[in-house]
Amino acid sequence: MSGFAKPLKIALGLAVIAALIVVPMNFNRYGLFILSQWAVMSIAAMGLNLTLGYAGQVSLAQGAFVGIGAYAAAIMTTHGWPLPAAILVAIVLSFAVGWVLGYPALRVQHHYLAFVTLAFSTLAFLVFRNESWLTGGIYGISNIPRPHIFGLATNRPLPFYYVCLGSLAIVSLAVWWLIRSPWGRAFMALRENPLRAQSLGVDTRRYTLMAFAIGSALGGVAGALYAPLTQYIDPVPFNLSLSLDLLMMVIVGGAGFYFGPFLGAMIAVLLPEWLRFTEGYYLMLYAVAVMLLLIWSPTGILGILDRYLAERRTKAASALRAVAKSRLETVQ
Amino acid sequence: MSNLFDLLVAGLATGAIYALVAVGFTLLWQTSQTINFAQGEFVMLPAFLMLAAMHVGAPFWLAIILGILLSMILLGLAFKLLLVDPMMRHGVLPLAIATMALAIGIKEAVKQFFSAEASPFPSIVPTGDISILGHAVSLQSIGVLVVAILAVLGLTTLLNRTSLGHQMQAAAQNPTVARIIGVPVERMILLTFLINAFLVALASLLITPIYLAKFSSGEVLGQAAFIAAIVGGFNQVRGAIAGGLLIGVLDNLAAAYVSTQYRAAVPMIFLIAVILFRPQGLLGRAEERTV
Repeated sequence: MSGFAKPLKIALGLAVIAALIVVPMNFNRYGLFILSQWAVMSIAAMGLNLTLGYAGQVSLAQGAFVGIGAYAAAIMTTHGWPLPAAILVAIVLSFAVGWVLGYPALRVQHHYLAFVTLAFSTLAFLVFRNESWLTGGIYGISNIPRPHIFGLATNRPLPFYYVCLGSLAIVSLAVWWLIRSPWGRAFMALRENPLRAQSLGVDTRRYTLMAFAIGSALGGVAGALYAPLTQYIDPVPFNLSLSLDLLMMVIVGGAGFYFGPFLGAMIAVLLPEWLRFTEGYYLMLYAVAVMLLLIWSPTGILGILDRYLAERRTKAASALRAVAKSRLETVQ
Repeated sequence: MSNLFDLLVAGLATGAIYALVAVGFTLLWQTSQTINFAQGEFVMLPAFLMLAAMHVGAPFWLAIILGILLSMILLGLAFKLLLVDPMMRHGVLPLAIATMALAIGIKEAVKQFFSAEASPFPSIVPTGDISILGHAVSLQSIGVLVVAILAVLGLTTLLNRTSLGHQMQAAAQNPTVARIIGVPVERMILLTFLINAFLVALASLLITPIYLAKFSSGEVLGQAAFIAAIVGGFNQVRGAIAGGLLIGVLDNLAAAYVSTQYRAAVPMIFLIAVILFRPQGLLGRAEERTV
């Protein structure tokens, strides 16, 4: 994204934020629900992007962490606790479980790691479904209340959309800061060359666990927002396919790009809705679109932009060089 | 004890089908680093192709042949040329994601063009029981076992005893050297895709009479095949066979002796244990680190 001039980038960013605040004001219930869902899924995908895109650890369990967060929020808020407390518990719980899940990553990598996390995902689903004393089993938990923020009720769709959007903004800023901090650089070192990172004194063990734990914690945050958004949860949305969907969002948007998860979540949440006019065919078209995109650009949507900008920079650089060379020749 | 015997036979029969699917899975991994997340859907689709052929009036035997041929064209040739070839050089992950999308696509296409309901499917083995050692064993289980064992024997003979098989192994183990000594590596990779398509079509033919033809039936099967492949050893055909049989038996025993609620957890916990303590799989070779 560094090809744009800085003021232009800031202006573009502000315009997008303003549009996200203003445009939905006259959306109907369903439109607001979808947009809130986009914000929630973006948070979960951002967490996975940290684990996968920046630290290079494949995880097929992000959906399970969304589930853990959702159940934590649902159980606590239906027992009278405020949502912020529930979010905190969701973060701590997902962080701890994510940390433990990171231990296999110290032993095995790549597809093996993917399968360990896949197995974890299935186990978490079984717990959600079978431990009905806690989770309500297949009947789920209903009547999940929406929070009061600064004394304002957010029962209606629009205020709750702003809760989701605000949470997305906070998480985005935190992640922006994180990937620019030494930690973010350590994550990238881990992805690019773990051996070299270790020889340079990066504690790869700790950062691998950290990458899992932080990524999972963001999944927990997303879940804690998902529960009051739908106001009813059962185990089905948190099965393996949510994990696969989130992985798809990260790769399609562009793994390792800051804005990748936003775009990926947009494609995964909004594209099927836009294709609804095709009725029974919409998921089929969605699948074909994802495959075509990946064939065209395996690094996702932002990979296309990145390649284009890199090409333009190379051209600009060689043009400058040509000018400099001809000037040098005229001087001689 | 008669209960245990029945469980073992039923477990071996399902396990044999898992083994077929897992073998194809490991073949694709070995020759082209394809992790096929659509493998379960690959098993689900051929049954519907055969049903479609019967629907337009073909007799069952012709439908089977047509179904297998169509599977080899769609799930072997087209899958390789259209999806795997353009993506192979970009690493494992984007291709794996593309196969996830393919899985969604196949499921939705079947739901849309055939039916969202489960359809019955004729069995190639007559129903009924025969008595072995005083136990009633269903002919279906025996038929499944026999066909699966024959298929696996045929495949291992092809791989280990023929020049073609040796060329395929060479192409999988070291494509560069294989190319230098004149092995047509590209053709060998295509061959493994065709073999995989044949195996999944066969598995489809064997398993669909038991579980009915349904668009969503690939999910469970695909996962079982993954687990079988990893437990046995990702890089070994015989590992995948052992893994398949083991998971089939384990699954059936867990359903009877652990709890029906957590039966699916047993293979998963087993999988995690195997990956952590013996990542190369029970029968696999360790993959060397290439740093």
